[in-house]
Amino acid sequence: MAKHETPMLDQLESGPWPSFVSDLKQQAEKRAKNKEGIEFQIPTDVVEDLLGILELSFKHGRTHWKHGGIVGVFGYGGGVIGRYCDQPQAFPGVAHFHTMRIAQPGGKFYTTAFLRQLCDLWDLRGSGITNMHGSTGDVILLGTTTPQLEEIFFELTHKMNQDLGGSGSNLRTPADCIGQARCEYACYDTQDLCYDLTQEYQDELHRPAFPYKFKFKFDGCPNCCVASIARSDLSFIGTWKDDIKIDQEAVQAYIGGELKPNAGAHSSRDWGKFDIQKEVIGRCPTECMAMDGNTLKINNRECTRCMHCINVMPRALRIGDERGLSIFAGAKAPILDGAQMGTLVVPFIEAEAPYTKIKETVIEPLWDWWMEEGKNRERMGELMKRQGLQRVIEVLGVDPDPRMVQEPRSNPYIFWKEDEVEGGFERDINEFRKYHQR
Amino acid sequence: MAFISSGYNPEKPMENRITDIGPRKYDEFYPPVIAKNKGQWLYHEILQPGVLVHVAKSGDEVYTVRCGGARLMTTSLINEICDLADKHCGGYVRWTTRNNIEFMVDNKSKVQPLIDDLSGRKFDGGSFKFPIGGTGAGVSNIVHTQGWIHCHTPATDASGPVKAVMDEVFADFQSHRMPAPVRVSLACCLNMCGAVHCSDIAILGYHRKPPMLDHEYLDKMCEIPLAIASCPTAAIKPAKVEINGQKLNSVAVNNDRCMYCGNCYTMCPSMPLADKEGDGIVIMAGGKVSNRISAPKFSKVVVAFIPNEAPRWPTASKVIKNMIDVYASDARKYERLGDWAERIGWERFFEKCEIDFTHHLIDDFRDPAYYTWRQTTQFKF
Repeated sequence: MAKHETPMLDQLESGPWPSFVSDLKQQAEKRAKNKEGIEFQIPTDVVEDLLGILELSFKHGRTHWKHGGIVGVFGYGGGVIGRYCDQPQAFPGVAHFHTMRIAQPGGKFYTTAFLRQLCDLWDLRGSGITNMHGSTGDVILLGTTTPQLEEIFFELTHKMNQDLGGSGSNLRTPADCIGQARCEYACYDTQDLCYDLTQEYQDELHRPAFPYKFKFKFDGCPNCCVASIARSDLSFIGTWKDDIKIDQEAVQAYIGGELKPNAGAHSSRDWGKFDIQKEVIGRCPTECMAMDGNTLKINNRECTRCMHCINVMPRALRIGDERGLSIFAGAKAPILDGAQMGTLVVPFIEAEAPYTKIKETVIEPLWDWWMEEGKNRERMGELMKRQGLQRVIEVLGVDPDPRMVQEPRSNPYIFWKEDEVEGGFERDINEFRKYHQR
Repeated sequence: MAFISSGYNPEKPMENRITDIGPRKYDEFYPPVIAKNKGQWLYHEILQPGVLVHVAKSGDEVYTVRCGGARLMTTSLINEICDLADKHCGGYVRWTTRNNIEFMVDNKSKVQPLIDDLSGRKFDGGSFKFPIGGTGAGVSNIVHTQGWIHCHTPATDASGPVKAVMDEVFADFQSHRMPAPVRVSLACCLNMCGAVHCSDIAILGYHRKPPMLDHEYLDKMCEIPLAIASCPTAAIKPAKVEINGQKLNSVAVNNDRCMYCGNCYTMCPSMPLADKEGDGIVIMAGGKVSNRISAPKFSKVVVAFIPNEAPRWPTASKVIKNMIDVYASDARKYERLGDWAERIGWERFFEKCEIDFTHHLIDDFRDPAYYTWRQTTQFKF
């Protein structure tokens, strides 16, 4: 017998998509029965009270969580999102319902041994509810009490060799696409760079020292499977500098119909016979492709590496061999000044361990600048808008590059540095008046 | 319940403390076939919706079966995922960047038993535990947020609307009939945690009433300058108020300038704004993050308001389903929803999708708004 009536939530148990309500109910029942005889460290009925208060929110059309909540573990300034319900008498099981962010492994690959150990810990000391995963990448352990936070942290670090993720005005948990682990498009080892930078900047991740939050994301190619260009202050996107490799026999196999375009991604519908002219050459954004008899030609100098032709013919076309990545800065959601995507600041940089050049010539100069100049709660993208892309170029110590702009400015409100102008800015009006009467 | 110590000593909190160890290293968790062939993959194929094969230079193959996940999941379900991974996949499993679950096997003969095992599993209520799909030109999982499950600033729920919409478009999770992938995402307020600003279709929780002011507590709870600086339209100013004969420092909100973003509440607990009738959702469309053919795009607001209709958000689900169907029938192969809308023109998008165009959709935020108006004679009747 459920503790609370949930007539509205019950309606979300039907339909084909996995029902979070059914899952929560099975968890509530499992805790109530407690066949394993676990000495639960937070209320046994935590899941039932979560369903109860969620049902109340469905009824009221409003959240029932109090504002904010500041909890954590000693030594760190983030990693735990405190939360308290605003009806603790009616739902004591979720009076405390804090979230712990757990740093996830690269590519979100797991062994079951690791996951089971984490589940055992969370069953004992938390609600047994998770998010797999938070948008930034962390494993989210959803719902525990304040006294359990240090206990969980102690077990995570001592028994699982596992740390918390980030929260607050700091470096948040970096995340990557699957990269070279299982993708032929990956232009660098996203997992290795992600792991290396995560370890390098542990202090910046655990102890907020920034004007606001800062995120890294790592995409192996311009398909952007981890959406770095939209969802990270510093976005690392793999690319190549030399020619796309063409297997002409495989091109013929696509034309002949033996190979399915886009690896079969459109298989549920009849789009007609594959037409290389229409589907590839005609869709190339720079029109740099052509068939010369039976030979596919690419004018690589004009290619902008959008991935379309490679995506359509993955068995015939491959990324080049001279590989690295581009770096984009400043992506953010709308608050405060409007949404931004990452702006290209480094067109090409090598991505080989130990990544010294990336750290010392890009990340750290940008942080030095933003940490000094950024206003309270100002994302790097907003500082870029306030002080200009020119400032970023100065900070990076690079030459301005037409690749960094979509188009040159159309207004002529151009600043000059004083030393760029002959004679400087200090002038004598009396000297001027000698030639120009009032 | 008796307290069980982990070994942590609250008397000496800094003793034996381990810090800054970060996540576990990625390669501890690679299945053997992944570890062996990393960086050596030649090509891939989507064998059927939800099933991929990757072939390496060595000739090795890895088959992947992708399943939908609710993101919010319990240890019961994760343990069941582990049982499946132990039984079929040598104890390895992974999650995707859209919160789907991927089971990998190294031999074709292991694929069908895995599929059969996964597709047979249902919750007591009847929904699939592990629906197979989410690949190719279809509708994959919905990237979403906390909603009423855990957050204090939402204007709508997350898990509820996501379940409702995925039920509505479920057939497209399991098929490849779209012109290109359709990415749907949801954020329960305009902090836009996740991918709402860059998705083909996005659901966004939105308020429509200015904050209430808890004058009696405001100066005690809030750093007033932070609340003032948090407003994108400068609708907040400091004010002195008199409550029960007491002069208090507080703020005043110019309701004409407030567009209910809720950022002041994020900064100041004494400015709550949630409201049953006022709150609801905005629908956005046409965003993307990939650089394929066209550059990444922001999603645009196409429906200014749909009320919260718990528990199944029927109006929102219907609008989204319709938009997906119209796009599917009208767009060209490889055209993302935003590419299609831009090619046919937004005036035609509204006509084809039978969506009312209201004044709310016209940008009026600062200088950049001008660039969204039409400075050309080129338009369609």
